[in-house]
Amino acid sequence: MSGPNTDYDPVEVTPLKAEEVEAARDAALKAIDAATSLEELKQTRLDHAGDRSPLALANREIGALPPAARKEAGQRVGKARGAVNQALAARQKVLEAEHEARMLVEETVDVTLPTDRHPSGGRHPLTTGAEYIADIFVAMGWEVAEGPLIEAEWLNFDALNLGPDHPARTMQDTFWTEPAENHVVLRTHTSPVQARTMLTREAPIYVVCPGRVFRTDEYDATHSPMFHQVEGLAIDEGISMANLKGTLDHFATQMFGEGIVTRFRPSYFPFTEPSAEVDLTCFVCRGAQVVDGVTCRTCKGEGWIEWGGCGIVNPRVLVACGVDPEKYSGFAFGMGIDRTLMFRTGLSDLRTLFEGDVRLTTAFGSEL
Amino acid sequence: MKAPLSWIKEYVDLPADLGIEEITDRLTALGLKLEAIETSGAGIEGPLVVGQVLTAEKEPQKNGKTINWCTVDVGDANGTGEPQGIVCGAHNFKPGDKVVVILPGGVLPGNFQISARKTYGHMSAGMICSARELGLGEEADGIIVLPADAPAPGTDAREVLGLGEEIIEFEINPDRAYALSMRGIARDAALGFDVPFHDPAQVDYPVADGSGYPVRLEDDGCDHFVTRVITGFDPAAPTPEFIVKRLEATGVRSISLAVDVSNYVMMELGQPTHCYDRAKLSGDIVVRRANEGEKITTLDDVVRVLSEEDLLITDDSGPIGIAGVMGGASTEISESTTDIVVEAAHFDPTTVFRSQKRHKLPSEASKRFERGVDPLLPPAAAQRVVELLVEHGGGQAAGVSEVGPGASLETREPFRTITIPVDLPARIIGLDIDEATVVKSLELIGARVAVSGDSLTATIPTYRVDLTDPYDLVEEVARIVGYDKVPSVLPRRATGGGLTRAQQLRRRIGRALAGAGLVEVVDFPFVGDADFTALGLPSDDVRRRTVKLANPLSSEEPGYTTTLLPGLLKVAARNISRGQDGVSLFETATVAFPVDQAAPIYGVDRRPTEQEMEKLLAAIPRQPLHLGVVLAGERTRGGWWGAAEAASWSDAIDVVRRLGAELGVPVEVGSASRAPWHPGRCAVVSVDGVEFGHAGELHPNVCKAFGLPARSAAVEIDLDFLISRVPATAAGPVFSTMPVAKEDVALTVSVDVTVAAVEAALREGAGELLETVRLFDVYEGDQVGEGKKSLAFALRFRAPDRTLKAEETAAAREAAVAKAAELTGATQR
Ligand SMILES: [Zn+2]
Repeated sequence: MSGPNTDYDPVEVTPLKAEEVEAARDAALKAIDAATSLEELKQTRLDHAGDRSPLALANREIGALPPAARKEAGQRVGKARGAVNQALAARQKVLEAEHEARMLVEETVDVTLPTDRHPSGGRHPLTTGAEYIADIFVAMGWEVAEGPLIEAEWLNFDALNLGPDHPARTMQDTFWTEPAENHVVLRTHTSPVQARTMLTREAPIYVVCPGRVFRTDEYDATHSPMFHQVEGLAIDEGISMANLKGTLDHFATQMFGEGIVTRFRPSYFPFTEPSAEVDLTCFVCRGAQVVDGVTCRTCKGEGWIEWGGCGIVNPRVLVACGVDPEKYSGFAFGMGIDRTLMFRTGLSDLRTLFEGDVRLTTAFGSEL
Repeated sequence: MKAPLSWIKEYVDLPADLGIEEITDRLTALGLKLEAIETSGAGIEGPLVVGQVLTAEKEPQKNGKTINWCTVDVGDANGTGEPQGIVCGAHNFKPGDKVVVILPGGVLPGNFQISARKTYGHMSAGMICSARELGLGEEADGIIVLPADAPAPGTDAREVLGLGEEIIEFEINPDRAYALSMRGIARDAALGFDVPFHDPAQVDYPVADGSGYPVRLEDDGCDHFVTRVITGFDPAAPTPEFIVKRLEATGVRSISLAVDVSNYVMMELGQPTHCYDRAKLSGDIVVRRANEGEKITTLDDVVRVLSEEDLLITDDSGPIGIAGVMGGASTEISESTTDIVVEAAHFDPTTVFRSQKRHKLPSEASKRFERGVDPLLPPAAAQRVVELLVEHGGGQAAGVSEVGPGASLETREPFRTITIPVDLPARIIGLDIDEATVVKSLELIGARVAVSGDSLTATIPTYRVDLTDPYDLVEEVARIVGYDKVPSVLPRRATGGGLTRAQQLRRRIGRALAGAGLVEVVDFPFVGDADFTALGLPSDDVRRRTVKLANPLSSEEPGYTTTLLPGLLKVAARNISRGQDGVSLFETATVAFPVDQAAPIYGVDRRPTEQEMEKLLAAIPRQPLHLGVVLAGERTRGGWWGAAEAASWSDAIDVVRRLGAELGVPVEVGSASRAPWHPGRCAVVSVDGVEFGHAGELHPNVCKAFGLPARSAAVEIDLDFLISRVPATAAGPVFSTMPVAKEDVALTVSVDVTVAAVEAALREGAGELLETVRLFDVYEGDQVGEGKKSLAFALRFRAPDRTLKAEETAAAREAAVAKAAELTGATQR
């Protein structure tokens, strides 16, 4: 007789026996656990979850079972396969993490190796110094004025109340250009910029003029034929020496820190009347005259350092530059940037600033 | 200006308890700045006594010297009263002379400890001193021999020598001419402490009656001239000790009584005078200008050729002095002079200043005349000279003449008056100063003050020749009230617009260059022909035409530079020679090109007109701001990452391109040939076809000339121009986010076709869909054939609104290649 064997006993089918399925599952789980690398795990996957693995084969047998037995067998095998796949995934994750961790360890470098393939650049401290100063004034609402380094004699001297026979005119050892009758000089101070400003702008004027100037000084540790000045000029109604003092005190504090102020002593400049020398509280001993019990070397125990010259703009200058001295008054001041910079940085030889050794500039980075 | 305190005190009643520092502090605050305080005899300690030489035996020594073995009476100063045995090397004394002895235990300046010591076979117990050993002068012809009437042996010698004199050295500003005298300093001291002043110029002098030496003034450069005559003068009379010491203290060497007295009175009053040997004068003294080419032999025995501008003192023999500058040799006082003519005159400051400059003869006299001397002083000064000469040199005063407008009240200039608003000092100083204080301050300087309503008129004393303007009075009030009283008040807030665009951009350029690894240097602008030759500039190169300096520091560098490169190349070489393996430097500075126009000199009583300003500014050399760059040696360092890379022409060009990118200015690069660059490796850079500089590799000869590594590269551009091309506002870019399509093309062209040309053709041909084109490979060799090169470009295409179809991209690519073929002869490989 043919036809389905209705007497077929599912329990009799070996691969689907509960203990066989469990044995296959346990063997798989054990192998997964034992896999120590992603390669081993790959093989384990083939062996225990691949097409020819015992559980796959068992699964295929389910269809041959009588309908009554399929459900139970299906559930049993499915559960076993699920457990294996889960274990595989978990192990995969662990091994991947281990692999990554190992890779990172292997890729460790010595981070203290040099990295300076590209040498650093930098801006000259005289440039950044001049900008630092300019910014102090710009922050007060002043502007920065400029002018040429080769200048008309009239603007460099005459307009500033330095007539042809003024003794002060010879004190400034001027570089003259040829021919002398062209009356063109290398500017001896930044003051012609002030004259230009007054000649071309309407009051009120608040300008600061940093720049290069020239004198026929021999080149040594403290003198240079070219150096840098910053001058300031304020022209307004009611400008007084008190405003000059206020401005310079502010400048000193911004430049050198709290507690650094200025002191005036009578002096003489043709450009200003009254005129004053400006001294600055010594920023090393901060006016105490001694440092660690020893006389301060920076100010030689004076407590003050000579900083520059200043005064009320001489009305003769206002007239020559077209400013009405009846309506306006003004003040002007000037100091050496190189000198100020040497104060701030402790440089002792002026020539260091002009010989172009890159070690100077790179030491300052790009700011002071 | 050096002034012994005791001399100042003769004319001012300073409180006895006032210390020298209080005095100098006050004077400094008044504008007479303290330079230094010296004390004569400083550094001498211990027993310094008068000694009397009892015996002196000459003992020749083996070394050729002869010493004196002396016994010296030092009274009880040695504790025993016994004569002191002392070895002395000098020979200008004899037994019986009184000398200055320092005994063992004493110290001389320079911390020279004196002790009894064995020398030349004797125990020498002390030292007989010279002036130099005591720190009193440079002369060391021998020891000091005191006058016979000096105090007894054993007396402390300090007082005898006048040691302990305090000498104040002042720095006198050019406007304070009056302070170049004891009179002037004492006057400021008196007002500083508000104590009485005794004017040394207040002396009685005989009325001029024409009995002095006859004088004629033929030029208004002299407005006051006094002559006094002394007869029967003893030319051998010594200068009294107090005059010698005081002159020494002021830094003037003693010469002879007549000269010393003249100098003494100049220090006392500030009025220079001059003494002539009357016997050597012939005819009237005439003051006139020199004739061009006239000559004089001055007191320093130099023959000087005179200019028409020199003011002269002359007699029948010709010039006998340059007014206010220096006397002539022919009428000089000598050791046989018995009759003296004393001159005290007032000269025009400018005339004296110019003569002094012309003849390079700055003197104590000219220093005072050119700054301005009290015009009323001549008769008083002449009187002081005569008094002192007669007192110490014998003879008698024998006549007074005084000529010139300054000689009489009717003809002299009236006192100057200055009128100011009463509140001007308060307004300008910025301090509450009441009328009484202003008046009092001005009266303290000797002015007569009259107040009328809101204004005040000050009549200025003649010694203050510097006071001419209203603000001069403000300064007087300020210094008397005290500069330390000026309050600190910021002005009302200024309302500036911040940095200008150009100023901001210059900062940005500096930062960009520094960020690119370049180091800024600051260099002098002086240059010479040798520099241009080293750069290889042709003889007609415009850069060789510099603004020339009339007085350069070095004759090798007489010009103001037209190019930053010579300086930069030298700085680079200096760095290399100091051990750098490579340097990348930049400098921004103006250079100058002459304009060959004269700048006018205008008056200063008004502003120049616009036309006048234009003319003035047009005469100033053109001074564009340049950027110079030099890249020498290693540009990147070698290390574990690989070898160092040397700087090359391309790095130099890249500096300019990057700067253009930083500033938003499209920079074009073309090939050029220009010194100092390598003729085949030099680029000209331009914007919109306007060239503004060059970049590339330096010519090998230039590298050699400056001592730079081979293949060093450089840049020089006109930065003002580049900045002028920076757009005021940057247009925001529009870019597509559609997918990109990438296409590469390899083209073969002739080697002389530039990449820029091929690239431009590709751009033109590809049209709007092309986003970027970038050369990624260049190949020359067998595979492309002789005279050819292969260029590989990466093209990126993108449409603004859609994903490009393959056909569109291919079409654009073909169009690009076709254009390149048409314009550059390129063939696709
Ligand atoms: Zn200090």
